[in-house]
Amino acid sequence: MTELLQYLVSGTTVGAAYALVALGFTIIYNASDVVNFAQGEFVMLGGMVTFFAWQAGVPLPLAALLAIVAAAVIGVLLNKLAIERAGAAPVVSLIIITIGASIFLRGGAQLVFDKQLHRFPGFSGDEPMNVGGVTILPQGLWVVAVAVMVFVLLYVFFTRTLTGKAILATANNRVAAKLVGINTDYMMSLSFALSAAIGALAGILMTPISLTSYDLGVPFALKGFAAAMLGGMGVPVGALVGGLLLGLIEALTAGLVSSTYKDAVAFIVILVVLFWMPQGLFGRKSMERV
Amino acid sequence: MRLSSKHLTLLILLAIVALAPLAFPSNFYYRIGALAFVNGLAVTGLVILIGFAGQVSLGHAGFAGIGAYTCALAPIYLGLHPALAMLLGTVISAGIAWLIGGPILRLKGYYLGVATLGFGILVSMVLANEVPITGGADGREVPELGLRAALKFIGIDLSNAQFWYAFTALFLLGGAWVASNLHDSAAGRALRALHDSEIAAGTVGVDVARYKLSAFVLSAVYASLSGSLLALMNKFITPDVAGFLHSVELVTMTVLGGAGSVPGAIAGATLLTLLPQALTALQAYEHMILGLIMMLVMIFMRDGLVPTLSRALRGRG
Amino acid sequence: MPLLSVEGLGIDFGGLRAVNDVGFGVEPGEIVSVIGPNGAGKTTLFNMISGAYRPARGKVSLDGEAVTGMAPNQLAERGLSRTFQNLQIFQKMSVLENVMTGRHLKARGSLVADLFSTPASRRRTAEARTVASGLLARVGLDRAADQQASSLSYGALKRLEIARALALEPRILLLDEPAAGCNAVETEEIDHLIADVAKSGVAILLVEHDMKMVMRISSHIVVLDRGEKIAEGKPEKVSRDPKVIEAYLGVQEGSGHALG
Repeated sequence: MTELLQYLVSGTTVGAAYALVALGFTIIYNASDVVNFAQGEFVMLGGMVTFFAWQAGVPLPLAALLAIVAAAVIGVLLNKLAIERAGAAPVVSLIIITIGASIFLRGGAQLVFDKQLHRFPGFSGDEPMNVGGVTILPQGLWVVAVAVMVFVLLYVFFTRTLTGKAILATANNRVAAKLVGINTDYMMSLSFALSAAIGALAGILMTPISLTSYDLGVPFALKGFAAAMLGGMGVPVGALVGGLLLGLIEALTAGLVSSTYKDAVAFIVILVVLFWMPQGLFGRKSMERV
Repeated sequence: MRLSSKHLTLLILLAIVALAPLAFPSNFYYRIGALAFVNGLAVTGLVILIGFAGQVSLGHAGFAGIGAYTCALAPIYLGLHPALAMLLGTVISAGIAWLIGGPILRLKGYYLGVATLGFGILVSMVLANEVPITGGADGREVPELGLRAALKFIGIDLSNAQFWYAFTALFLLGGAWVASNLHDSAAGRALRALHDSEIAAGTVGVDVARYKLSAFVLSAVYASLSGSLLALMNKFITPDVAGFLHSVELVTMTVLGGAGSVPGAIAGATLLTLLPQALTALQAYEHMILGLIMMLVMIFMRDGLVPTLSRALRGRG
Repeated sequence: MPLLSVEGLGIDFGGLRAVNDVGFGVEPGEIVSVIGPNGAGKTTLFNMISGAYRPARGKVSLDGEAVTGMAPNQLAERGLSRTFQNLQIFQKMSVLENVMTGRHLKARGSLVADLFSTPASRRRTAEARTVASGLLARVGLDRAADQQASSLSYGALKRLEIARALALEPRILLLDEPAAGCNAVETEEIDHLIADVAKSGVAILLVEHDMKMVMRISSHIVVLDRGEKIAEGKPEKVSRDPKVIEAYLGVQEGSGHALG
């Protein structure tokens, strides 16, 4: 029983991080219909930049802020230099562009930083708490709390603020949004910045728990994508629930079935969702016009 | 009958393959040539899938992995001759492609990309984790094909590099011939039709799902053969052959030259194989350069290098 | 018995009845036109009959066989072919190849034969080429045979789609606004072509906005408004029907319907 609870606790922690990555996917997808395969690299940048700044003597909170800003800048550059220029490219081209960006960033990180695993201390120390036989890391609470907070802030942003609504309008119909005076290019860049910042945040939060290295982008991207699909592509609540669910399924698989193949869970979830409920848990059905 | 452009292209390809060694400064270049042919073979398969049928796959290295490891394992566990192991590998790859292709190919765009990506990663995960059988990340030795010795026996004495250059070239030329045949046949037109409009293809009677599956299985066979050749040539194999990066490299080669045409894609494969050799000084930047190429080609030359260049040349003169 | 018969066909989009309870029949050699104001559900009706949409209610039969909800390629095998209102051309193929692809059901064969370009495979392609060339001449596009399809004008693409649909040797042909975007001369050519095809015994179902053309060539007209059939009959009878006139002129403004 305690063991099971332990899996649930660690699953929720990891799941909250997946939820953040999934939210990042959702923001860009909603603004542009682009699925950004480089999303995982923002997670990597969050952890790596924070670590190296911290190691160079920058206080941890400042280092984290620096990493978030750096990721946001790179996100905007990705949009300005690549996605925007590609224009109305077919999906295959956009897949290749964003994967290219992913490999580029990963190669760059390997060069600028190194190929080692890194870790910095948890925000409230690394002393595990014991609750009824279940070990809880204070950093785990941070991850969950921040994920919920980000979700609430995003919710308010997209439903209560003019800028948030403008981003949604851009996604819905770019021409119409332009006609009513929305600067759609700016909205796109804003979405990329926001999405990258959230990804970096996930990377920073997870580093004290699961470490960071130059190559963790692709697995994180896939899991974030799986979470976003499970919840329903483009639906923020779906991203949150999908992330948590994926984290839990993964933790239970690792605990009860095989830890070697826990990384396979995300793909199996993707496949199951794709075949049996393509619109995900919270998504809407769409019909192709001929 | 007149010399069709298909035959002309194949003849030019043959001429290049046959004449290139005259310019080789050392034996080492035979090996690079062979590597380019091996990649070119897998890429020709992707031309059928991506270029003709318009279905993206980010996991075809998975089939290369199956082909490679069948050549490593079947001779030991089943006592098969490596050549037969190669055949068995294509049968397994085709079978798996047929099984997973049915459901996967119902997906489109990003979803198809992610599903195929997941398949590729699953294969490399199994290869890396089943250490007792596959040797894990350290890799595994592959038995000698033995054909070179047989050739020597009948009086054709080739160096190892020369033999693999010629042997892989035969496969590439055969593969290119088959793909060109397909392009101009009823089945090829059906594939290209569903690429442009699935609904219109259905309307003229094309069983869209069946043809997509055929293209997927065919391209898996090409990738599997390419993996087998790589394993037999290197006499050693690691799970990297099935890895995400290899899948992405193959797709990049395909679109670099121009996904719609066989010679274009072979040119793309050759370029991207030569690049790291030419830029050994820049080895540390290899991934950054690969990523950059992917982005630049897709942004500025969406049809690929060869069609874009030939259009530019035609425009000038 | 009619070759194509439609009974009580209907579909909803998001709770909205896009088409409801539509029924009619088309005999071989007959030209039946479906007319109605914009948004009346004509193309939706076409899409249900040709298998692009699965109807929620009702039945479609071809030559007595129930074919409701069958995939387009299954319908093609039973001799149903169509063109599209907003063009579905194989853009990256040549004009000739587009029509050759229309001959798929006759040209297809073993995949292995196609891979190795056996004489049988080459013969099938040669036959398709001959038939396709003939059809291109028939629609006046023979000179453009080797051009890339995307280089053609809108009116030419409309005719290309007709040629492609004819390559199937259909028993019933659905034409969705074949004369849209064509000039007067082209419209008249298409007009003759359709009459010609019908004369050879093919049943034709037509959606067209050019009323003069519809009145001239139709043997029978079905009028849709807001997804429902409001009138049916010979052209002269339909054109005098007060309900039809009302639907077209929109007499009752602001009556609450917003189908557009």
